[in-house]
This record gives sequence, structure tokens and C-alpha cells, in this order.
Amino acid sequence: MEDIKKRIKNIKLWNGIFSIVSLLSTFVGLVLLFALMTDLFMDGAPRISYKFFTSFPSRFPEEAGILSAWVGTLLLILVTAFAAIPLGVAAGIYLEEYAGKNWFTDIIEINIANLAGVPSIIYGLLALGIFVYFFKFGESVLTGGLALALLILPMVIMATREAIRAVPNSIREASYAVGATKWQTVKWHIIPYSTGGILTGIIIGLSRAIGETAPIITVGALTFIAFLPASPVSTEFPFISFKWLLDPFTVMPIQIFNWVSRPQQGFHVNAAAAGIVLLVMTLFMNAAAIYIRYRFRKKIKW
Amino acid sequence: MTRSAIELKAEAKNLNFYYGPVHALKNINMPIERRKVTALIGPSGCGKTTFLRCFNRMHDLYPHNRYEGEIILYPDKINIISPEIDPIEIRMQISMVFQKPNPFPKSIYENVAYGLRVRGISRKGILDEAVEKSLRGAALWEEVKGRLNSLAVDLSGGQQQRLCIARALATGPRILLFDEPTSALDPTATSKIEELIIELKNEVTIIIVTHNMQQAARVSDYTAFMYLGEIIEFDKTDKIFTAPSNRLTEEYITGRFG
Repeated sequence: MEDIKKRIKNIKLWNGIFSIVSLLSTFVGLVLLFALMTDLFMDGAPRISYKFFTSFPSRFPEEAGILSAWVGTLLLILVTAFAAIPLGVAAGIYLEEYAGKNWFTDIIEINIANLAGVPSIIYGLLALGIFVYFFKFGESVLTGGLALALLILPMVIMATREAIRAVPNSIREASYAVGATKWQTVKWHIIPYSTGGILTGIIIGLSRAIGETAPIITVGALTFIAFLPASPVSTEFPFISFKWLLDPFTVMPIQIFNWVSRPQQGFHVNAAAAGIVLLVMTLFMNAAAIYIRYRFRKKIKW
Repeated sequence: MTRSAIELKAEAKNLNFYYGPVHALKNINMPIERRKVTALIGPSGCGKTTFLRCFNRMHDLYPHNRYEGEIILYPDKINIISPEIDPIEIRMQISMVFQKPNPFPKSIYENVAYGLRVRGISRKGILDEAVEKSLRGAALWEEVKGRLNSLAVDLSGGQQQRLCIARALATGPRILLFDEPTSALDPTATSKIEELIIELKNEVTIIIVTHNMQQAARVSDYTAFMYLGEIIEFDKTDKIFTAPSNRLTEEYITGRFG
């Protein structure tokens, strides 16, 4: 009896030790994040003003702004979204609903899982070879956007598959049992019921793309751009122009990198301020993802 | 039992079915009489659900399944399980109600109208009429007529199952398959479904899989007792439950095994 009590005491001791260790580990992460954010805000917050958003970069830190950077980021994400969403969602649907279980599907699946782990600079090199040298898109918004699209494609595919797998099989059978085809089942059930999960995955993928620097530098984004890409709307017929796709660009992370690497203190403040803007952008996107997931969870019950 | 007296709706002839290497149905021969209820009973894993799902080719949805033999659908005399016949064509004529109510997370109206939408029918007048007729047919109309646009998943379990019956009825099926339709329901909801099945056989041929022998006795005209993928005995329900000719059948219905 005494022996058992002693043993329980010993086991409980380890239980306590482990819970303290895990609590401390959690705190390390939280405290670090908090410290980083505070530091960034202390440095950068005073610099944020209307003018900061509407000015081009400049040789003088107090006149420099992030206009070309945030416009570039926005356009890039637009291209990325247009390329990655249809491809990724369609591929995810194919793999879950259409593909048979055979060696070919297995190879595709292993490849996609591996692609998700490829370092982002490799995507940059790939894009440099294919889009810049082969297709001659130049060091343009189009090239950058497509590079990022490649990067997040595995994420979009995986999120789509995950969301589709959450649709119960009984729903599929109910649809097929009245004589629906595969496409009717996908169109009326699978896609509508998994939209929440798919959108969440897309937004998280895009918010990752916003912060990527390496592939963008590799495909030749410029670090100093004092003009905007061509306007997408024009006054002449057909009123929409795609010239901006082939214009050179810069993006937020590159602008930040550029400012940090300068010796003047004023540019470091600018970098911190731009960092805040970038952080807020991604926070907003993540918040949108959480909200969409919540809305759809509430709407769809099985 | 004299064969000539009954009007056939379907007939299984030397039906064999395989899940990959597993031989799940063995040489099944069985008639299905028109506008009667045929019950399939037997212990778990005996193949009754597998047999039922042959009738609307549900097995085609999954890989490595193989049919052999014939299930002839009358009066057209087509072989339901022939690879040349499109399973969609079969499912449009033979609908199914599942073990667990599985309404779509859509409105009551859309759930019932779904079978028609699948066939490309979208005229509101036709849909409205079909929805009302099917809901009446499934004894659900009075309970839901004021809230056709509310979500189907907010209905009770029994109502959901009757909604699934309405969904299966909406397209005017020739055979209606029930796979243990009351196993997830309480006794009140169960008796409602049973009454409904007896009512429905005036319009449609019914095959029902059930675990519950009292249920088979109450609703069916014919009963097949299955064991290890074979039909041990098939006869009029009265005969099976009062004077079974096979010892295994007798042991099963008296609760000595299964």
C-alpha cells in the first residue's frame, strides 16, 4: 500500500514538472512576440501619417513613403489570387472527388506535400527561369505574382482538400441516390459546403504571400521605385488596361529590407513604420479568415 | 408459392457481388413483387445492405466493387447491374432512404426539389407542385407547410427522415429502397415511418432492410432471411414468421442467434 502511494507521488511530481515546463515554453513565445510588437510600435508608430502612405521613396528619410510599395503589394496579391485560387481549388476538387486511388494519384499527392516544404527562394529561381527568361514576362508584377502563386498553390490545394473532406459522405450518397452526376454533386453540395474552409485557406495563403521577400527579390523586383505601374483603368476604349502587369514593381517587405540596410537612423524608423503597416495588413487578413470560418460554421450544420 | 400469380417488378438472378477479394453476395435469386414491401433481415454483416445497394448501383461510387449476374427490372427487362447501363439512369428510377437521416444543409423546399433540379427542371410551378405532393406523400406537409424555406437540419430526427422520404418520392421512383430507416429514430417516429411505408406501397414497390424483426413482420409482404451473403429463406412474411422451413431462419427469428 505504502509502495503504491509513493509511486503515485513520484508520478504526480513529474506531472507537475512537465506542466510548469510547458507553461514556461508558452510564455517565452508570448513574451517575445509582445516585446517585438512593442519595440516595432515604439519605433514606427510616430512616423505613420497620411503622407507616409502617399509618398514615393526618397533620399531623405523624412520625405520617403511607401506608396509604390503598398500599391505593388496589392497588385501582386491580385495576380497571385487570380492565378492560385482557380488552379488550387480545381486541383483540390479533382484530387478529392474525381481522382481514383492509384499510383498516379499517390505521386501527385506526394509531390504536392513536398512542394509545400520547398524553400521559397527555390520558387523564385523557378519563376526567374520560366517567367522571366522563357516566357519573357520581364521583371514585372505578372512574374512576381505568378511566383507567389506557385508558392501558395500547395497551401490552397491542401486547404481545399481538407475542407472537402469535412463534407460527410452521407451527403454525397444522398445526392447520388437521386441520380445526380458528379459535377452536379460538386456544384450544388461539395463546393457550397466547403467554401468556408476553402476561403480560410486561401486568405491564410495570401497573407503568407504578402510577407514573402526571397522569391520576389530573385525575380528582380526593384528596391527603389518612384513611380506607379500603369493605371488599370483608362479613359479610352476598352477602358481596362493590363499594361500594369508588365511594369516593374516593389513590395512592402523589399521596401522594409531596403530601409533597414541603410545607415541613417531616419530610414530605420521608416522601416519600423512600414513593418507596422505590413503587420496590420496580415492581421486583417487573418481576422477575415477567422470571421469567414465562424460565419460558415454557423450556417452549415449536418 | 406460385410464381405466375405475382406481378414482378424486379428479379435477382444468380447475383454475386465482390468487395475487392471479398465475396459478399453469393448466388442470390429472388423476385421482388410490384407494389409490395419486401423485407431483408439477417444478422449484421450478412449482406442485406450490400444487396439493397445493388438495386441503385450505389456500389459504383467506390472502387474495387464488382457485380456478377443480373437484376432484371420489369417491365423494361433491363439488367440493372449491367456495365452498359449508366448508374445515373438507374438511380433516377430507384431512389433510396438511408439509415441516418441525411438532409442537405439547405431549406426544406430545396431538399425535396433536389431530384427535379438534378433533372434540369427549374420552373417554379412544377417544383412547387412536386414539393407539396411529395411532402404530403411523406406525411410531412401539415407540419412544415408554413416554413418551407427554413433549414431542414432544424427539423426533428423523425421529420428529417420523412423529409428524406419526400426527397426520394419527388421524382416518382419505381422502386424505393429503405436501409434500416428507423434505426436512428425513437419509437413514435418509428411507428410514423412504418405507417408511411404501408401507405406508400399503394404507389411504389418497396424493399426494406431492417434489424428489427417486429418491423419486418409489421410492414412487409415478403421477407428474405440472409446469412453469410446467401439467401437462406425467402417467402411470404406470414409464412417466415409462423412456419419457417429452414432451421437457421427459425433460430434467428426466435432470437436464438444473430
